[in-house]
Amino acid sequence: MTTTDTRHPAVGTAERQELLERLADRAKFVRMETVRLTEIPGAGHYTGTFSVAEIFAALYYAQLGYRPDDPDWADRDRLVLSKGHAAIGLYPVLADVGFFDASLLDDYTRLGSAFGDHPDMRKIKGIDFSSGSLGHGLSISTGMALAGRVSGRDYRAYCITGDGELEEGQVWEAIMAAGHFRLGSLVAIVDRNQLSIDGATEDLMGIEPLVEKFTSFRWKVQRVDGHDLSALLDAFDALDPPGEGPPQVIIADTIKGRGVQRMEGDIRWHVGRLVGADYDDVMAELSRGLQPLATGGGRD
Amino acid sequence: MTEETAEAGGTAEAGGATLSGLFSGTAGPAALKDRNPSTTKGIPSSSTPAFVAGDELADLAETDPRIVVLTADLANANRTIDFAQRHPDRFFNMGIAEQNMISVAAGLASTGLIPYVATFAAYVALLGCEQIRTDCAYTGMPVRILGHHSGMSLGFYGTSHHSLEDLAIMRSIADLTVVCAADANQLRAILRASLTHKGAMYIRLGRGRDPEVYGKEPPQNFLLGKAVRIREGADLTIITTGSQLHASLAAADALAAASISTRVVDMHTIKPFDADEALKAARETGAVLTVEEHNITGGLGSAVAEVLADAGVGCKFRRHGVPDEHVLLGPPAALYTHYRLDAAGIEAVARELLGR
Repeated sequence: MTTTDTRHPAVGTAERQELLERLADRAKFVRMETVRLTEIPGAGHYTGTFSVAEIFAALYYAQLGYRPDDPDWADRDRLVLSKGHAAIGLYPVLADVGFFDASLLDDYTRLGSAFGDHPDMRKIKGIDFSSGSLGHGLSISTGMALAGRVSGRDYRAYCITGDGELEEGQVWEAIMAAGHFRLGSLVAIVDRNQLSIDGATEDLMGIEPLVEKFTSFRWKVQRVDGHDLSALLDAFDALDPPGEGPPQVIIADTIKGRGVQRMEGDIRWHVGRLVGADYDDVMAELSRGLQPLATGGGRD
Repeated sequence: MTEETAEAGGTAEAGGATLSGLFSGTAGPAALKDRNPSTTKGIPSSSTPAFVAGDELADLAETDPRIVVLTADLANANRTIDFAQRHPDRFFNMGIAEQNMISVAAGLASTGLIPYVATFAAYVALLGCEQIRTDCAYTGMPVRILGHHSGMSLGFYGTSHHSLEDLAIMRSIADLTVVCAADANQLRAILRASLTHKGAMYIRLGRGRDPEVYGKEPPQNFLLGKAVRIREGADLTIITTGSQLHASLAAADALAAASISTRVVDMHTIKPFDADEALKAARETGAVLTVEEHNITGGLGSAVAEVLADAGVGCKFRRHGVPDEHVLLGPPAALYTHYRLDAAGIEAVARELLGR
């Protein structure tokens, strides 16, 4: 697997193009598996998973250092999925890279299964920390980054947070602490898909201006299109090496439900179910890969 | 809020001189400087459960690189500063942000470290309850939560600073060990046992002035989950924990002097619970009085009652603790007297139970 100090192939090279095509294919895989697995319980977090599909692909197939045959490898990069409700899209990736057999996912959410709507580190290899209660993950990854300093290891601690989640007070306690301790090995990725359950964050509890907020809490900030795989790779390459520098955040502007036209920017699909012909239509749509936005996105 | 907090639950004179100095209009920076928070004025050093943790952990950390310590702006009040001075790279003052502190500790623990988190019981067990449940217990992380100044030991600071619900909350959390320290030496024993204990722990501590019960050295036979029968007796068993152990022993002495033979059990571990010892108390002495510095609902007394009821064992029985109310404010000693949680009060409650 890759390590944290590997730079990605340069723009314009064949290697770059090959990597981007592979990542796009894996993002498609995340979305299709999400739709497939949702059939088992009959309800799933489609849209908040679709918004991080490219982020999952870029992290697990191009950025994170880990060893599927040694999931507890002490020097691995850590990833905390603070928006645990996107786990349905992460499980297939973990299986695909070799942490466990993909057939285990056929038990998704069934009685006694290891695989629930939110991930459990005690039951699933490759999950670095359990999550589900919004607002905790950045604190957890702050602890992981501090631990790297205590033990002299130079892994990175990544944390994927939602955007609505930033309304939780504990998140700002963690942001303040990470800035104070200058945790350069901490990388937050905000899935800025604009929507939480009841509507747009800026309508119900405004969280902007995020760049200014993180900057004022002593973080280094990048803001990119979270569905642009090349931009994500560039953002990873632009990260400072782990050390005593400021913690770093990549605010990834995304579209909730991206990849399925009927879901893009529509809060009604936060939790939903596709039935009958709709299921087949959506699978066919997804199998064609990411298409240009029909509406420009952001439909509320 | 550091030094004065440690003092505030104490005697009325603790802050008096300083306060009058501040109000005199003449106190300048020099007067404030005298309040150097790193001093330990008036704080006894050997019999203070909350305050030996930093020292003991610093000793243990000499040979155990897994130990890290966190506090929330109370390093001086709880003497985790003693750890910080010896192991500065393994100490983190997280500021006044308890929920973050607990989750950060869980993240630290996920890498193989053993974090000890110390602050007021009210703010870890109540404010940080969900972080303890979700990030420490559910995940099996070896985080050790030191909740000090538990019960009503912060006296006239009032309900915001009291922790009379923590045992009820903590013992309903799966995969969490809950233990109370009665004195400094028992706390040392708990901390040593915690190095090899699996999963998360909540360790309930008193106000840092608790009188010694267990002698100078950590009890060698200390076992988490195994109650300690300190006094034998035939007429009554007092089952108690933590801060009420000393007063319960004094009450037992007074009862014995009146020919009421009283067994005293230190139920230091609230979870997992030593049900056998509770059942033996009921069967062998025929009367059980539970004593705790906790709301009468959900704590030690409830745990004993559940065990007896589940086993169908009947006996004279009374749960003694703080009634289900937000307690009066006042100096701790006055509160213990008012709520009959001093030796005389416990003795009186025992006599009521026995009708003698």
